[in-house]
Amino acid sequence: MAVAAPTQTMNNVEAVRATLYEALKADPRTIVLGEDVGARGNVFLITKGFIEEFGPERIVDTPLAEASIVGIAVGMAMEGLRPIAEIQFADFIYPAFNQIVGEAAKTRYRSNGDYTCPLVIRTPYGGGVRGALSHSVSIEALFYHVPGLKIVAPSFPADIKGLLTSAIEDPDPVLFLEHKRTYRLVKGEVPTGRYTIPIGKADVKRAGDQLTVVSYGLYVHQALDAAARLEGDGMSIEVIDLRSIRPMDKGTILESIRKTRKLLIVHEDNKFGGIGAEIAAMVAEEAFFDLDAPIRRLCGPDVPAMGYAAPLEEEFMISTEQMAETMRELVRF
Amino acid sequence: MSDTAVANMPAVTNEQSLTLLRNMLLQRAVDSRGFQLNRQGKIAIAMGSEGHEAAQAGTGLAFERGQDLLYPYYRNTGILLACGFPLADLFRSQFARVTDRTGGRSIINHVTAKGLGIASISSIIAAQCAHAVGAAYKLKYLKETGRAVFCQHGEGATSEGEWHEAMNFAAIHRLPVVFVCENNRWAISTPQSKQMVNQDVAAKAGGYGMRGEIVDGFDPIAVYQTVREARDRAANGGGPTLVEAQCYRFLSHTTDDDDRTYRSREEVETQRKLDPVPRFERRLVEAGVINEAALAALRAEVSATVNATTDAIEAEPLPPAAGLYGNVYEGPDDPWA
Ligand SMILES: Cc1ncc(C[n+]2csc(CCOP(=O)(O)OP(=O)(O)O)c2C)c(N)n1
Repeated sequence: MAVAAPTQTMNNVEAVRATLYEALKADPRTIVLGEDVGARGNVFLITKGFIEEFGPERIVDTPLAEASIVGIAVGMAMEGLRPIAEIQFADFIYPAFNQIVGEAAKTRYRSNGDYTCPLVIRTPYGGGVRGALSHSVSIEALFYHVPGLKIVAPSFPADIKGLLTSAIEDPDPVLFLEHKRTYRLVKGEVPTGRYTIPIGKADVKRAGDQLTVVSYGLYVHQALDAAARLEGDGMSIEVIDLRSIRPMDKGTILESIRKTRKLLIVHEDNKFGGIGAEIAAMVAEEAFFDLDAPIRRLCGPDVPAMGYAAPLEEEFMISTEQMAETMRELVRF
Repeated sequence: MSDTAVANMPAVTNEQSLTLLRNMLLQRAVDSRGFQLNRQGKIAIAMGSEGHEAAQAGTGLAFERGQDLLYPYYRNTGILLACGFPLADLFRSQFARVTDRTGGRSIINHVTAKGLGIASISSIIAAQCAHAVGAAYKLKYLKETGRAVFCQHGEGATSEGEWHEAMNFAAIHRLPVVFVCENNRWAISTPQSKQMVNQDVAAKAGGYGMRGEIVDGFDPIAVYQTVREARDRAANGGGPTLVEAQCYRFLSHTTDDDDRTYRSREEVETQRKLDPVPRFERRLVEAGVINEAALAALRAEVSATVNATTDAIEAEPLPPAAGLYGNVYEGPDDPWA
């Protein structure tokens, strides 16, 4: 991104919306399909007004049927369209699991490149919105095991625009995760005009030399707050926003650890078998002797989901105070 | 099942009848060769489509090459050949040679030929139905009138949610797609009666406001006429149709199955008496479309072609182990960037 580029202040909803709008404008092969994306303009109003401007052939209000939202998008993609399928909430992606894992992710592989599946599946995920069991889940660990899929989860407006543009132009299927708590909470400057951010590139959101914190989604913002608080206590903490989950940026993580010699991984998804487990294993394989402290993970507890009652949600979510406390412990280790 | 005379249907020329016959003979020869090769330990699995010859030859003849798109299923030897898929490539799929269009990755009959409009499929029952509908959406969206999508599946597939979702969406958008159900009465060991209460799969179309047609799947001309009519309607904006071609699976599900464990020999023998291949031979001879000598020559030609192709493809090499890698993404396979 050029430093002097003109920018516009946007929240995350506006960033998604602006990027989709530009993609629809730029390429007539682009089709948006999903539940309530038309007249209602999506439940978060991301596509409000699109159906009037682009017509019902390109902004497709689908029947309430997730398997075929993705499956039909796969067929469109195989035949050369550039579908952007929406799953209204990540919690409802399970019926489409077959089409994502069994079909989209394997189209190029099984046909040895004869057919490809340039498809984006957007979905809001994550908690902190009193969404309870079925409007709060994180789904990335269920999918990051799958070769053939790419997973992106940016949480700053400028990253959303650059990565969603990349996802739409990507020749392979991309699961694009939008943390719904950040939708209107997070604002930032977004460069005007078209630009891309490569999928698979993390971003050091804050430089430091005593501890590396790796996170993504809502928790990047909290980790940055926690790190800022600890600065007053003389602690220097580096915060890496993964942005992409598969492929994942090994180089940025290792480079940081070789400097700070300590690693904390923070994610909202359940701990067991989560993204943090893979990062920890990779670091143990590649940088074991560079570490001065055990790797720590702060993750969602291993229960099926967060509850509806405020204390049950709060217990699931990791507070900024908890993050700060763990960071402090690690720096002092 | 009797030969139904269908009124106002596209006429079938003698030349087309002979195309149907050759396709049926070829399909049977390829399939039985697959079973032989499996018994000889030369290929890991074979999937026969004996009993489907008429349904597939008729459907394949209705397919407009260079225009239409085929979303097949795994039991589609005859349709693939009828839609222009090369015989040699079918054997490359059977033998999983390096020359196979999927590089030996996909199991037998799971082919790919984008240039011919033949889609790559997985083995996941009914998953291709949603893809077929997405493909049909594209044809409609780009106003490519005159083109249609063929979506093939068995009757067992019509129990899958994805089949229903695909039917529903196709009907809502009046998409140019023909669902052709090859109802062979069995899904591995599960008879139709345990799959659904309906006697006729075609009746399910009504639930979606779609046209449903039943056709004798042992009569290639009737299948051609019904499917072609549905195809022309679809290609010209008249919306989708579900065609149920009623046939039978004469062999076990695959070479890994033994149908003696779940269905009676009497049932199979009764159906064998209706075998569409000899029946269509006799019909063409009686109609004077082909004489006995020409029929014998045709059989010999098909047999010689299949033998020669088997030998040629068997001699081709297997893919190297490195063929496991690549084409996971356009870029590197590595999940670590
Ligand atoms: C989703 C899924 N479930 C189960 C299977 C295993 N399976 C393979 S073929 C088959 C029967 C399919 O029957 P039908 O659709 O009638 O087609 P037919 O094989 O009779 O031609 C089954 C159960 C599968 N391949 N995919």
